[in-house]
Amino acid sequence: MASTTTSPEAFGSATPSTSESYLTNERGFLSWLLTLDHKRIGVMYLMGVLFSFALGGFFALAVRTELLTPGHTVMEADTYNQMFTLHGAVMVFLVIIPGIPAALGNFVLPIQLGAKDVAFPRLNLFSFHLWLIGALFLVLSMYLSAADTGWTFYTPYSTTTTTAVIPATFGAFILGFSSIFTGVNMIVTIHKLRPPGMHWFRMPLFCWAIYATAIMQVLATPVLGITLLMLIVERALHVGIFDPALGGDPVLYQHFFWFYSHPAVYIMIVPAFGVISEVIAAFSRKRIFGYKFIALSSVAIAILGFLVWGHHMFTSGQSVLAGTIFSAISFMIAIPTAIKIFNWLGTMYQGRIFLDTPMLYALAFLWVFTIGGVTGMYLAVMSTDVHLHDTYFVVAHFHYVMMGGAITAFFAGLHYWWPKITGRMYDEKPGRIGAIIVFLGLNLTFFPQFIMGSQGMPRRYYNYLEEFTIYHQLSTVGAYLMGVGFLLAGINFYRSLRKKPDAPKNPWGARSLEWLTTSPPPYYNFHKPPVVDFGPYDYEDLVFDKKLGGYVHKSEAKS
Amino acid sequence: MTYLSSALLALMQQDTPKPKVPESPHFWMPTSSSTFAEATDWAFDFVTWVSAVVTIGVVIAMTLFCVKYRATDRSKNEQPTGNVDHSNVLEIAWSVIPLPFVIAFFVVGLQGFINMRTPPKEAYEIHATAAKWSWMFQYPSGYTTNELHVPKDRPVKVIIEAQDVIHAFYVPAFRQKIDAVPGRYTHAWFEAIETGEFPLFCAEYCGTNHSDMITKVVVHEKDAFEEWLEEAERKEEEEGLKNPVAYGETVYKQAGCATCHSLDGSPKIGPTFKGLFGKTERFTDGTTAVVDENYLRESIEDPQAKIVDGFPASMPTYKGKLSNNRLRALVEFIKSQK
Ligand code: HEC
Ligand SMILES: [Cu+2]
Ligand SMILES: [Cu+2]
Repeated sequence: MASTTTSPEAFGSATPSTSESYLTNERGFLSWLLTLDHKRIGVMYLMGVLFSFALGGFFALAVRTELLTPGHTVMEADTYNQMFTLHGAVMVFLVIIPGIPAALGNFVLPIQLGAKDVAFPRLNLFSFHLWLIGALFLVLSMYLSAADTGWTFYTPYSTTTTTAVIPATFGAFILGFSSIFTGVNMIVTIHKLRPPGMHWFRMPLFCWAIYATAIMQVLATPVLGITLLMLIVERALHVGIFDPALGGDPVLYQHFFWFYSHPAVYIMIVPAFGVISEVIAAFSRKRIFGYKFIALSSVAIAILGFLVWGHHMFTSGQSVLAGTIFSAISFMIAIPTAIKIFNWLGTMYQGRIFLDTPMLYALAFLWVFTIGGVTGMYLAVMSTDVHLHDTYFVVAHFHYVMMGGAITAFFAGLHYWWPKITGRMYDEKPGRIGAIIVFLGLNLTFFPQFIMGSQGMPRRYYNYLEEFTIYHQLSTVGAYLMGVGFLLAGINFYRSLRKKPDAPKNPWGARSLEWLTTSPPPYYNFHKPPVVDFGPYDYEDLVFDKKLGGYVHKSEAKS
Repeated sequence: MTYLSSALLALMQQDTPKPKVPESPHFWMPTSSSTFAEATDWAFDFVTWVSAVVTIGVVIAMTLFCVKYRATDRSKNEQPTGNVDHSNVLEIAWSVIPLPFVIAFFVVGLQGFINMRTPPKEAYEIHATAAKWSWMFQYPSGYTTNELHVPKDRPVKVIIEAQDVIHAFYVPAFRQKIDAVPGRYTHAWFEAIETGEFPLFCAEYCGTNHSDMITKVVVHEKDAFEEWLEEAERKEEEEGLKNPVAYGETVYKQAGCATCHSLDGSPKIGPTFKGLFGKTERFTDGTTAVVDENYLRESIEDPQAKIVDGFPASMPTYKGKLSNNRLRALVEFIKSQK
């Protein structure tokens, strides 16, 4: 199956020096904005994602601050409604969906495969430009009058509110294309650009995860695109599609929306599984347990993920039969997910576990994601879902999965690959403290939300009954704490950038190919093409070199 | 019913203070105040126990491994004490062991769900209308309130519609929730098992005052409920008789006349009320009559007696459904539509 790698000359870019790192071989703003180098595109995505994360975090804190007291605290109801909509839209469309696949994936995946770039570098750049344009539309909508619909844009509210829904949905529409193009690129890259020796089951699990994600991106996102387009058409031209006042069906919108957005949940979390597999194995110094099960369970989740959208609609008046089918299939997803968690534990068993920052985030992930996963079952049990649907229980559940799962994994990956991306080691101590604070903050923010949710506190409430005050206040304190944790991580990264490159090739002793090349890698990724005659988790061949501060192959080790 | 009319109705009824959440004996759940609360809570607890075992198991294993296999010095190049990297027996075990549990969850949830979605035939029916940002409940007599009043120990079926956007009817104490969707009816049923007052929320985001779209369910003793309803209606009528035209307008909206009779001169399903009084009406059998109080009364109580020419004989009879006072008020109201 393996095939040749494309040389960068073939797609007509200036020939940079082969010896210099990708960061320094060309200079100037345009050398970044118009680059075809997957690493630079990945870094630009990363900057965009981190900036958006700060923005989305700001909106989250605005929401939590308002909820410190029932009724008016710092803003009006309409502003609050815009804040939670912006928070959701920014975090979903600008942060989590592109976070691991487009930012980390772009940078890491081609190198992990041993390729010089992705299959379609121009398409890759185009997808980043689309991301920028989509983001600009979201910003434009904020400037005009930010949408107040929730990130779900449910009709007929979204077709009748006076806020700027069209720019916001158009932004999401464009971001969808960005996501589709990234997906196409990843699929083709994995199929076509693996060098000799890199057969399917020698790929690191991160590649498997990105592969499963890419399939979902390509198959599901067009549905979102069409749905949002229909919404725009209805709003602009008053064609009755979803609005019953025009003869449309509002529940149809929900079917369309969740047909995309449930797979989107897996677009957000499956890449996280990939990162966690890499980190847990590398920091346990032990071959990953159940490689094939982890790899194929991602694919199973990707397929099943298409068949469960109706579990968001048990209380929409949907028929009992439909509910039954959606509930049953939703439970089936629990199994491949459980398999992964147990396999990660199996990897740690009898390993030599180093508790560096990426591993701390990965452990936080294991803990928090397990809670996120089991609380999903309450929502798949139809009778309890009737009670819990649209309450804070659901908010807590998906934040445990999205924030505790996807974002925690993103930070695990960011710390893990930071030396490779920037060539600098960050300071371990603040890194670890940051991870611990984030973990504590996360639980303090979202655990009280389970309690108030099951007690009946509905979501998207500006005002609330006095009885829920204490839970809201705990949650707000937790959110601030989490903010402190992320700020600490941010400062730590920033400080590392101000020093000279000091990262060894392989600080963690990982075995996937990106650790064979220099940190940061040269333009062509490798100084000489890697020979792949080992597995991605064969750590026993590596030894630590104290002078380098990193690992080298046994054969290169000077005694 | 139009948005305006329900807004007017909402204005007519006094603004009530926020409902109190009754003290619950459960940590996770509100009071179990309907017949299916128990089943739902049982399902909830069942999932909680299993989840707790799994989560605690994972956390303990994780912590144990971190302590036991902790390494700190990379230069020691310690190797793992074992290097097993797969075990089909284990993989099958942890794929199969969760299976009976998830099947049990599924079945328990399905049973509860079917029960929640299947109202008994003899259920007492109340119509609910959700609109930005209030609720209106209409009892079989046509009497309406903004709070939901129900009898204890009697199944109640709430038939729900929305006027503008999607809302959702949610009573945590009853563990019941259903969306209110414009353009279609949905329904929720429950049987309250204790008297008292319970919050009723709008659970589907609907704009500015979504979070104030809260009212309460008042559960009366079974017998006291009928009494309460009669008394409430009597009171309203008393108030109304002081100003029969205004009261007549309320009844016109509450009793649903507005769906078929306009006030602006345009025919709907039935003739308009504008300029009706004093007019000479032609009927399908060729006869004519001048519209006076007796004719109006007859038209309402026995609509099939004379069918106005050009209209279908589709008006339902209101005999026995409207009290004498309401009828009088209606007649006064129609008279006033010049
Ligand atoms: C389902 C539609 C419908 C509803 C609801 C309805 N009506 Fe009618 N009504 C009609 C139709 C059709 C006619 C004309 C045929 C007839 O005379 O029966 C009519 C006729 C009448 C007439 C005689 C009008 C005339 O021009 O002579 C009166 C008075 C009247 N309705 C009053 C009421 C009142 C009061 C209510 C509410 C308590 C009511 N209707 C509810 C359909 C309805
Ligand atoms: Cu889903
Ligand atoms: Cu609402």
